[in-house]
Parts: sequence; C-alpha cells; structure tokens
Amino acid sequence: MKKSGRKKSNRQILTVTYLFVAVFLAMMGYTCHYAVTHRQELINNSYNGRQELFTAQNTRGTIYAAGGQILARTQVGEDGKETREYPYGNLFAHAVGYASNGKYGIEALSNYYLINSNAKLADKVANDMAGEKYPGDNVFTTLDVDLQEIASQSLGIYKGAVMVTEPSTGKILAMVSKPDFDPNQIDDIWDDLIQDEESTVLLNRVTQGLYPPGSTFKIVTALEYIRENPDTYDQYRYQCSGRFTHGEDSISCYHGTVHGSEDFRKSFAKSCNSSFANIGIGLDRARFGDTLKDLLFNEKLPVSFAYNKSSLTIDEDTPDSDIIQAAIGQGTTQITPLHLNMITCAIANGGVLMKPYLVDCVKNYEGNVIRQFNPGTYRRLMTEEEAAALNSLMQEVVKSGTGTKLSGLFYTAAGKTGSAEYNSIKTDSHAWFTGFAPAQDPEICVTIIIEGAGSGGDYAVPIAKRIFDQYFGA
Amino acid sequence: MELYITELSKYFITLFIALYTLECFLVFRFQDEEKRSGCYMRQNILMFLVHFSCFLVICFETGKVEYLLIYVLQLILLFATIVLFRMIYPRGNRLIINNMCMLLSIGFVILGRLSFEKAVKQFLIVTVSIIIGMLIPYFIHRLKFLKSLTWIYAAVGIVAIGIVLILGSTTYGSKISYSIAGVTFQPSEFVKIIFVFFLASALYESHDFMRIVLTAVLAGIYVLILVASRDLGSALIFFVVYVMMVFVATGNWLYLFLGSAGGCGAAVLAYRFFTHVQVRVQAWRDPFACIDDAGYQITQSLFAISSGGWFGLGLFRGTPDSIPFVEADFVFSAIAEELGIAFSMCTILICISCFIMFMNISVRLKDRFYQLIAFGLGVTYIFQVFLTVGGGTKFIPMTGVTLPFISYGGSSVMTTLVMFFIIEGLYIIRQEEGAKRVKKKKKRRRTEYEGSGDEEERQEEE
Repeated sequence: MKKSGRKKSNRQILTVTYLFVAVFLAMMGYTCHYAVTHRQELINNSYNGRQELFTAQNTRGTIYAAGGQILARTQVGEDGKETREYPYGNLFAHAVGYASNGKYGIEALSNYYLINSNAKLADKVANDMAGEKYPGDNVFTTLDVDLQEIASQSLGIYKGAVMVTEPSTGKILAMVSKPDFDPNQIDDIWDDLIQDEESTVLLNRVTQGLYPPGSTFKIVTALEYIRENPDTYDQYRYQCSGRFTHGEDSISCYHGTVHGSEDFRKSFAKSCNSSFANIGIGLDRARFGDTLKDLLFNEKLPVSFAYNKSSLTIDEDTPDSDIIQAAIGQGTTQITPLHLNMITCAIANGGVLMKPYLVDCVKNYEGNVIRQFNPGTYRRLMTEEEAAALNSLMQEVVKSGTGTKLSGLFYTAAGKTGSAEYNSIKTDSHAWFTGFAPAQDPEICVTIIIEGAGSGGDYAVPIAKRIFDQYFGA
Repeated sequence: MELYITELSKYFITLFIALYTLECFLVFRFQDEEKRSGCYMRQNILMFLVHFSCFLVICFETGKVEYLLIYVLQLILLFATIVLFRMIYPRGNRLIINNMCMLLSIGFVILGRLSFEKAVKQFLIVTVSIIIGMLIPYFIHRLKFLKSLTWIYAAVGIVAIGIVLILGSTTYGSKISYSIAGVTFQPSEFVKIIFVFFLASALYESHDFMRIVLTAVLAGIYVLILVASRDLGSALIFFVVYVMMVFVATGNWLYLFLGSAGGCGAAVLAYRFFTHVQVRVQAWRDPFACIDDAGYQITQSLFAISSGGWFGLGLFRGTPDSIPFVEADFVFSAIAEELGIAFSMCTILICISCFIMFMNISVRLKDRFYQLIAFGLGVTYIFQVFLTVGGGTKFIPMTGVTLPFISYGGSSVMTTLVMFFIIEGLYIIRQEEGAKRVKKKKKRRRTEYEGSGDEEERQEEE
C-alpha cells in the first residue's frame, strides 16, 4: 500500500517535470523565432538606441539602381563629417527618400542593411587601425533610371504619380511622385515643408495618395459582371443615350457623349458610364463585396513600405444611388496608384499577384551577396479565364476605345483610361491610365495619374506610350 | 587586435557553453555518479574556459587592471568551491555544484560588464553565502527535528513578509525590502525556502481534507500579504508551489485542476481590480503601443534580445544599459544581446538541467518529507526562471523577479545558493538510503536462498 502511494507520487513529479520542460521548450522556440524574425523591425524602431551604435561604427551604405547607377551615397569629408548625397537630386526623392529628419523611402526600408557592415574581419581590423569606420552594406534596388527619368519628365509640372512594375516578378521599375523635392537639401527645406500644412510635397502619391479611381474602376465592375455571367456576358446589349437615369439619380457619360448601341466589349472600350451604371445596378451586391475583398480593397497590401489602404465597401445594404456611382469609380471610392497597379499586374500575370518590391539584393562593399530578395507570389486574385477576359477587354480599349493613342505600334498594349471627377462643382478631372504591354505576354505594367489634367485618354495615355517606347527601345 | 579577440571569442564562448550544456544532459545517461565523473571533469574545464574567454574580452575592451583582479578572485572562489565540496562531501552531486558554479560565473561576467561595483558586491555576497552553504548539507541530514517545525515555519514566514508589508520601504511601487543596520534584505526571497519546508512538513504524513484546507488558508495568507506588497512575482511563485506540492503530496489530479482553475479566477479578479496588473498585461499584449511608459522596459528588452543575433554583439559592444533595471530583472536580455541568443538558450538549458536533476533526486528519495522538499524547491527555482525569462521576452506578462544566480541581488543569490545546498544535503540522504538498502539486500541475499523475492525490489530500484 505504501509502496504504491510512493510510485503514484513519482508519476505526479514526472508529470510536473514534463510540464515545465514543455513550457520551457515553447518559450525558447518563441524567443528565438521572435528575435530573429523581428530583428530588422526592432532595430529600425526609433526608440532603439542601437541604431546609433551601428551608425557610429559603420559608414552608411550606398543605394544603387538596377543598372548600377548610384542613387544615394555617404561622402566622408576630411574632418570625418558625413554627408548623404543623392546624385539624381529630385528624381528619386520619394522612392529613395532621405536619411535625416526621420527616414523615408528605401533609406527607411533598408536602413537595417545600410547601417550594418558585413565587411571581412581583416578589413575591419585594418579600418580600426586607420581610425576609420567600417563600410556599411550596399543596397541594390529594382529601380530603372531611364524609366524613372522618362516618367518624371512626362509628368512635367503636373502633380501626379507614375508607377512602373514588372508583373511577372513584382519588381518596381519606376516610382515617381510629383511635386518632389531635393533630398540633398532636406535639412534646409525641412522646416518649411513641415510648417506648411497645405504642402503635400513629402507625400509619396504612388503609395499614399488616395484618389477616386474614375473609369479605371470599370475593370473591377467588369470583373464582377463576368463572374456573375461567365457564359453570357458577351450577349450584353445596351442603348446609350448619353445619360442613365434611375429614379432620382442620373449618370451621364463623359462630356455627354452618346455611345448608341453597344455590347459589353464596346461599353468597356468606350468607357460608357451609362452602360456601366446599368450593369452596376444589376449586380449582386454581396458578391460584389466579396470581389472587392479579393482585390484587396479595405485590406492590407503585401508591401513592406508605407501605404494607405484603398476604401470602398459594398454589401447588401448599399443603396442604388451609391452603386451606380461606385460602378463607374465615382462616389466615395478611393484608391492608391500602387493598389491599381497591383490589380493591373495581376491581370497581366494571368490572375496571380506578385508582391511588389523595391530592393533586389544587399551586398557587402566587396560585392558578396548578403541577402537576395526573390520574387514572391502573394496569391491568385482572379482565375486565369477572368484575367484573360479582362486582358482582351483592355486590348480593345487601345484598339478602338479611349486608349487609341497607343494603337498601331510595334508592340500591342492593353489598358484602361480614367477621368476621375474630384470636384462636385466643377468638371475638372484627374487623368488616369493603367495598363501593360505586350498584351500577349506582358513585360511591364504602368499606372499613371495626373491631377486635374483632364481626360485619361488625352493626357495619361501619351505618358504610358513614352514609357513603353523607352522600355521596348523605340 | 581587440577586434580579433572580441569577434573570434564570440564563437569560442558559444562553442564552450554549448559543449558544457551538452554535457549537462549527457550526464543523465549514467545512473552512477562514478561513471559520470568524465562528464563532470569536462564540464569543469569548459566552465573555466567560458569564464576565462569572457574576462579576456572584458579586460581587452576596458583595458582596466581591476577586472583582471576580480577575475582571479572569482577563479579562486569557483575552483575552491568545486574542490572543497568534493572533499567534504564525496557523496555529493557534482552536476548541481557544476551548474551552480557555471551559472554564478555567467552572472559574474555579465555583472562585471554592466557595473564593476555591483560585480564586486555580488562577489562578496556569493563568497559568504558559499561558505555558509557548505555547512548546510551536513545539517540537513543531521537535524531530524526539521520535520516537526510545521507551525513555526508558517509563523516565521508570515511574520517576515508581514513586517515588510508594514515597515518596509517602497521601491518602484512594491514593498519588498527592509534595512537593518544598512543592509537591505528582501525577505520574500528567504521565505520561499521556509514556505517549502512548511508545506513539506505539513503534508508529508497526512493529507486529509482538513489539512489541505488549513494549509490552503495559511498559503493564502502568504500570497495575500505579497499581493498587498505588490510583489506579484513572488505571490505567483508561492501560489504555484502550493498547488504543485499539494498535487504531488496527495497524488490527486483534482487538486491540480482546482488549483489551476482557482489561479485563473484569481488572475481575472486581479486584472479587474488592480490597475497595475492591467498596465502590465497591456504592456505585454502590445508593448509598442505604450512604448513611452509601461511598455518601455519590455520593448528595450526586446531590442536587446534581437540585436545580438545568434552569437551576440560581443561584450561591451552593445547597449544593454538602455534597459531599466537590467542587472536585476532583465539580465537575461543583456546576456542575449552581448553573448548571443545561442548563449542565452544554453543558459536556460542549464537551468532546466538543474531542475531535472532536482526532480530526479525527488523521485528517488524514499522519505516523503525530503521528497517534498526537493520537489518544492525545484518548482520554486524553475518557475522563477520561467517568470523572469518569459517576462523579458514577452512570452508572458512581466512580473519583475530575478534570474537565480545570475541577476544582481544579495538576497536572491543567497537564497538560491541555500536552496542548491539543501538539495545537495537531500542527495546525500538519498545516497545513504541507497547504501542502506544495498546493505540490507546483501544481508538478505546471504541469508536467503536466491529466489524471485528480489524481483520486486529490483524493479523499484530502477
């Protein structure tokens, strides 16, 4: 009796032992995982004094363009004073950003790599002897200087944004936001920029600018219509009189144009507001809501830099007056050029969205790769058939619709224009274009917005053409 | 030159401690202390290598002679402890002593790096404690009346922490210490041992329901006094030790479940009614949301842990001082930052090795009283490690307890030393039990005819 009691308590002791060992293993696993995966994020935190530790030890690394051009570097004067130089001045203001007064752009994104040094031990010792800092690691971006220049020049004095990406990988080739600034003078102009509350110079319009999508949103409406009528959408017919009226609400076509008899394809190509309002009113609102979710409206985007979420919610309770506005991209809908570019990329890439990224690799000063960033699939946003159908519609826009300025070239482009009215009193509109080329096997994807310029077909499409021409070597 | 030493030593230090840790567990392959002596020998060498390499870096980085001096003194202390213990108690357990010295030397290194003055103070306290501690195993197995002091333990413990509640000085919101003649004590540390003795003596003979209720009431008084002193970490330790000891003493799973349920209920109530509990839970759930105040310590600790990588930044190459109270509550984070995550994980594994050895001893002790003591002290020890490491790494909310042997704090290190030496005493008791048994067996073998009667006995030995 006594013996069995003792054995019993041994079992309890062993249970407690295993319990604690299990808890400790969990804790150790958690700690290692947390420390390793959050390292960068934690070092970049402004409350972490270790940043200064690294900057005191290492000279900030250089940022390169994809072609090897220097976008940012630190020059050390004879007195040891460091200055950050941006050889291209304003050109990469938002993309590369700045490294003082807080950090921005790639300077913030890859700060961890730039302030670390993976120089060889022997070289570090040599630097120690010479009383110099260690060379920080260099960051190689995906940015293309030529495309960036064309995009920036084309925008000219207009406010707006241009984003160029490679849909098959998610590489960001160009990212232009205007108005811009000279990061070389950031310390001098900082106070003025901050004090001027009206100024949006520091805002990267590509990732953070929220605009009404205008007719470019018809891509989304069209997708929803195709989803609801996969076999019959071709049989859609509508008679456009230049105006769509539903109860007290009415929608008119751009500049009151009368499109006459049209099918689904022509409605999209001509960007007929009346026809799309008509389509919108017949859509299943709950399913429309799901499609919006699929396309990442109101959701987090899979990018590592700062951005704003696009916003539009549609559900069963959305009233008719709102749905006809939403279907043509007016009303309360807001989208960033980045997000529209991602949707376009997914269409170009057969429905699969690749995560957009700016940094290709990190190398130490001798050129040995420290970290390589590979293209990453985010997820499928639509089926291959849906992507092909939208691609075909977007080709029609170029062939016979609002984007004919891109037709008849040695490459076939596809896209959608938009003229988003942002002011309910005046008829001013933002000019949009989002598209890709070559249409059969897309290599690049371009999204453009020019604030207050007018129609997308007249103002944004020519910029897309210049970018495509540059890329395909016309 | 310094750079070569710092950079290369990182890898050597990690290698040494990893090998040491490996030996900590390889030891358990053997049942017999004699066969383990190879492991113990290697452990001793590796420990001195870790201690040496760390101080080599410290000396090069600071260029100060006083570090060399304290290194030599520490070396003598550690060496003497290992050798003398073996001489005085040939039947003692060397794993416990080795791990104790290893953890102490990690503590010496990291305190030396954080504050020379505190390292010296700690060294003196450790020296005195070890001298006293050396006597403990002898007394433990001589003083048979220890079993019968049940109510005296209860009274002494309650009075000790009660006095602090009434007269103690408040430091950062908690009343946990009081000073006599310039020396500051933190009685809740010592009371941990008294508490375990109280429960063991109350429960070893009988564990009928009335007795459980009585001990529950007394244990409740302990916990409430500590909660009132705002020493939540200690309160939690006492509570868990109570539940675990009742569970083992009664062998009744119901008590474990009741205890856990009660604990959860109490936690919910504490969260409802105490703002300082809410603040800590908030700081745990999202420390970055309150990085300016409540989350400051924990975020700084996370920064430290993550900045070192697997092999650490190297001693004196990081900024662990940015964590408030780093040398007491967050010493683990300082280790992770400068000596590396790998090193800090080894440190935890060494603590686990101690705990497994304690449980091993507990299981093998025939005497219920001693068995409960070994168990209770083991749980006290490992749960405290869990609270401090888990708190510093955001695994659980922060409670502010010390990492035994490593953190700065006289009461803490002294208490842990006493605990370890008590376990040594219990181990010696168990060895003697075993020896008696073998003798009896032999006697029986001689008189009896070789039969199957021994079968049961043998199984039990295993």
